[in-house]
Amino acid sequence: MSGRGIPYSTVRRCFNAAAFTLTGVFAAVTVSTLFFILGFITWHGISAVNVDFFIHLPKPVGEPGGGMANAIVGTGKLLLLASAIGVPIGFFAGVYLSEFGHNKLGFWVRYAADLLNGVPSIVMGIFAYTLIVLPMKQFSTFAGGVALGIMMIPIAVRSTEEFLKLVPNSVREAAYALGVHEWKTIVFVVIPAAIRGLLTGILLDIARVAGETAPLLFTAFNNRVWSHGWMEPTSSLPVMIFTYAIAPYDDWHRQAWAGALVLMFLLLLVNGGTRLLLPRRRVVT
Amino acid sequence: MNAPTMLKRFVVEDKSEGSEETPQVVALMADKLNAWFGSNHAVKNITLQIYRHKATAIIGPSGCGKSTFIRCLNRMHEVVPSARVEGKVWLEGWNIYGEKVDPVDVRRRIGMVFQKPNPFPTMTIYDNVAAGLRLNGVRDRAVLDAAVEESLKLAALWNEVKDHLREPGTSLSGGQQQRLCIARALAVKPDVLLMDEPCSALDPIATGKIEELIYQLKEKYTVVIVTHNMQQAARASDYTGFLLMGELVEFGQTSKIFTNPTDSRTESYITGRFG
Amino acid sequence: MRRSSSLNWGDLLFRRVTLGFALAVVGIVLVLAGSLVWNSRLAMKEFGWAFLWGRTWDPVAVKFGALPFIYGTLVTSAVGLLIAVPLGIGTAIFLAELASPRISEFLSFLVELLAAIPSVIYGLIGVFVVVPWVRTVVSPSVSAVLGWFPLFEGTPYGVGLFTAGLILAAMIVPFITVVSREVLLTVPRSQREAALAVGATHWESVWTVLLPYARSGIIGSIFLALARALGETMAVTMVIGNVPEISASLFKPGYTMAAVLANEFTEATYDLYIHTLIEIGLVLFAVTFIVNGIARLMLSRMEHPA
Repeated sequence: MSGRGIPYSTVRRCFNAAAFTLTGVFAAVTVSTLFFILGFITWHGISAVNVDFFIHLPKPVGEPGGGMANAIVGTGKLLLLASAIGVPIGFFAGVYLSEFGHNKLGFWVRYAADLLNGVPSIVMGIFAYTLIVLPMKQFSTFAGGVALGIMMIPIAVRSTEEFLKLVPNSVREAAYALGVHEWKTIVFVVIPAAIRGLLTGILLDIARVAGETAPLLFTAFNNRVWSHGWMEPTSSLPVMIFTYAIAPYDDWHRQAWAGALVLMFLLLLVNGGTRLLLPRRRVVT
Repeated sequence: MNAPTMLKRFVVEDKSEGSEETPQVVALMADKLNAWFGSNHAVKNITLQIYRHKATAIIGPSGCGKSTFIRCLNRMHEVVPSARVEGKVWLEGWNIYGEKVDPVDVRRRIGMVFQKPNPFPTMTIYDNVAAGLRLNGVRDRAVLDAAVEESLKLAALWNEVKDHLREPGTSLSGGQQQRLCIARALAVKPDVLLMDEPCSALDPIATGKIEELIYQLKEKYTVVIVTHNMQQAARASDYTGFLLMGELVEFGQTSKIFTNPTDSRTESYITGRFG
Repeated sequence: MRRSSSLNWGDLLFRRVTLGFALAVVGIVLVLAGSLVWNSRLAMKEFGWAFLWGRTWDPVAVKFGALPFIYGTLVTSAVGLLIAVPLGIGTAIFLAELASPRISEFLSFLVELLAAIPSVIYGLIGVFVVVPWVRTVVSPSVSAVLGWFPLFEGTPYGVGLFTAGLILAAMIVPFITVVSREVLLTVPRSQREAALAVGATHWESVWTVLLPYARSGIIGSIFLALARALGETMAVTMVIGNVPEISASLFKPGYTMAAVLANEFTEATYDLYIHTLIEIGLVLFAVTFIVNGIARLMLSRMEHPA
C-alpha cells in the first residue's frame, strides 16, 4: 500500500495540516477585516471628534470647521419616525404569525416579509420617492422616515414571531385554564414573558436602519441647516458622511471620519450590548 | 339522565354496596362525551359523575385518553388544533358545551393544574397567585392580598413563602412550584379543580405533600385527578374511574375498585397484568 | 385553533387587528412591486426589452441602455464572490471544525459585526484606504506581470470594477461565513464519525462528507451573499468610478445599477429619464427577488434533507 518514496499517510497528514492551516489563515483574514476597519475609523476619526462636531452646524462650503449637529438630530428624527411606522406593523404582524398564523395566510405573510427584507435599500428609496416625494413635490423627513420604516418591518416581524414562539405553550395553557381570555393571555402573559427578546430585537432593528444611506438620498435628501418639522428635507449622519467623503475638501474628509466614528460607536454599542443580553441571536439575514 | 332532571342541583344516591347512605351531590357530570384529535377518537362515549367535596381519580394505561377526557371537562381540549368534542358536560345544571356558553367562563369555574408546574415565568410568587384575579379585573389590593394568603394557605405553601412573596415564581423548587400552581388555580375559587397527573414531574416527598393537600382540599373543593400511579389513586381518592382505550370500563368507590372490581379488565390493570 | 364561535368580542377584535397588520405587510409588497412597474411604464413602452442590452447611456441625447449597469453589477458581484466564497467557507470550516466552541461563538459574533457595518462606512474605507492601495500597489504590480491580459490592462486609477468587487467581498463574507458555519454545525455527529471510522483524516472527512452534506446550505448562503452584493449601493458607488462603460479590464472604472440610481436620481429632469431609472430599479428588484428565492430554496433543503 505504500507508494514510491514518501508513505501515503504522510502525504495525507501533511495535506490535512496544510488545508486546516489555510482555513485558519482565512479566518484570521476575515476577522482581522473587522479590526482593520474599526482601527482605521478610530485612527482617522478620533482626532476630528470634538464638542464642535456635536453642537455646530456645517459651515458654508469651503470654510473649515463646523459640525454635524443637524445630521445627528436628523438621524434621530428619521429613526423615531421609522420606528413609529415599522415597529407597530412588524410587531403586530409578528404576533399574528406566532399566535394565529399556522396556516396558508401565515405562509404568505412570512414570504412577503422575507421578500421585503431582500429588497435593496435603494429600491426602497425609489418606493418612498414615488409614494411621497412625487405627490408632495418635495423631499422631506417624512419620506425618509417612511422608507426606513418599511425597511424595519421584516426584521420586526421575524424577531417578534421568533421570541413569542419561544414562550412555552404551557404558559398559555396556564392562563387559559384560569379563565383568561385569549387576547389578555397574549397581551398580559405571553408578551411580557418574551419582552426582553422583543425589545432587543427592536433595538437591533433600529440599529440596522440607522446606517442606511441609499434610501435617504432622494427622500430626506440633505440639508445644511436645521430642518424644521417633518416636511422639510433633512440631513442625516450617513448622508453627511457620504457627501463629505466624496467632496474635494480635506476638512470635510476629516469630519466624515468623525461622523463614521460616532456612527460606528453607537452601532457597535447596540449590537454588542444586545448580544451580551441575549446570546444566540443571529444578526445576519 | 336527561336534561330536565338536571335543571337544578340534585341528589343522587350512591348505589355501590357497603357504602354509607350519605347522599352525594353531583358537581360535574360527563354525559356521553366524545372527543377527537383529528380522526383519532380519543374519548368514546363516556358518562361519569364527579361528586362534590370528593376526590375522583381517573386511571388507566398510557394513551387511554384520560388526559384528553379531563381536558374536556374544562374545555381545554379544544385549544389544540384539530380537536373536536361532542356530547355534554353538566356543571350545576348547565351544559358547559352549550351554544351560548363562553369557554372562558367555564374555565373560571373549573380550574386546572398541569403535569409540569407552569408558573408564569415573569411574575413573582404573589403575582402568580393573584394572576387569575387580576386578569379578570380585580384591582383592590386588600382583596388580592387576602386571596393570595388564603390560597397559599390552602395549598400548604404559605409558611414557606410568606416572607418571599416578591421573589420570582420560578425560584421555587419543583414541588413548591406545583403547589404555587394549585394556589393560583384556587385563588379564583373554582367549583371543581382538575389535576392532570400533577405529581408525575415531582419527587416522592413532594408527591406526598400534594397527596396530603388533596385530602385537605376536599373539604372545600371538588377534585378530579388523573394519575397513572395506582397507589396514588388508592391513597388519595374516594371514587375512581378506569379508562381503557377511550372508554370508561368501570367507575365506583375507590375501595371497591381496588379490592373487588367488577370488570375483568379493571382487575387485570389493577393487578399489574398490563399498563 | 379555537373556533371563532367560541370567542368573545375582545378576542375577535385582537385577532382582526393583528390580521390587519399581517395583511398590511403583504399589501406593502404588492404596492411596492406595482409602483415600480407603474412608474417605469414610459420607459418600458419606449424601449421594450432592448433596454436590457442597450450599450449607450446618454441622458442628454435621450438614449438609454442598461447594459453597462447590468455588466458592472454582474462583474463586481462575480469578483466579490470569487474572493468571498473561499474566504467565507474556509473561515466557516475553521470555526465549525477546528476552533473550540467558545472561540467559535466569539469569532462568529465578530464576523457578524462585519455585517452590521453600514455600507457608507465600507465606502469611506474604500475611498481613503483601498482605492489608494489598489492604485499604488495592486494595479501596478498586476499590470507588470499580467498587463497584456485584457482583464488587467489599463492605467491604474484605483477606482474600478476590481476595487468595488474587493469591497463587496468584505461586505458579503459574513453572510457566507455565518450561515455556512451554522449549517456545518448541524451535520450529525454520526456522519463525521462514520468518515473518521474508515480512516479518513479530519480534512478528508470535511471535504468528502461534511461539505457535501451541507452543500445546499452553503450554496444557499452564497446566493444570499450574491443578492446582497447585487443591491449594494453606497460602498460601490464610492469606489467604482461611476462611468457607464463596458470594458474588459477590471481596473477600469464602471457603473452598477444601484450606483446609477444613487447618483442620477436627483438629476433626472424629465419624466422618461425618471421612468428609465425606475425601470433599472425594477430590474434590480426582480433580480434580487429571484436570487433570494433560490437562496431560500437551497436553505430549506438543508432543513429537510432528502
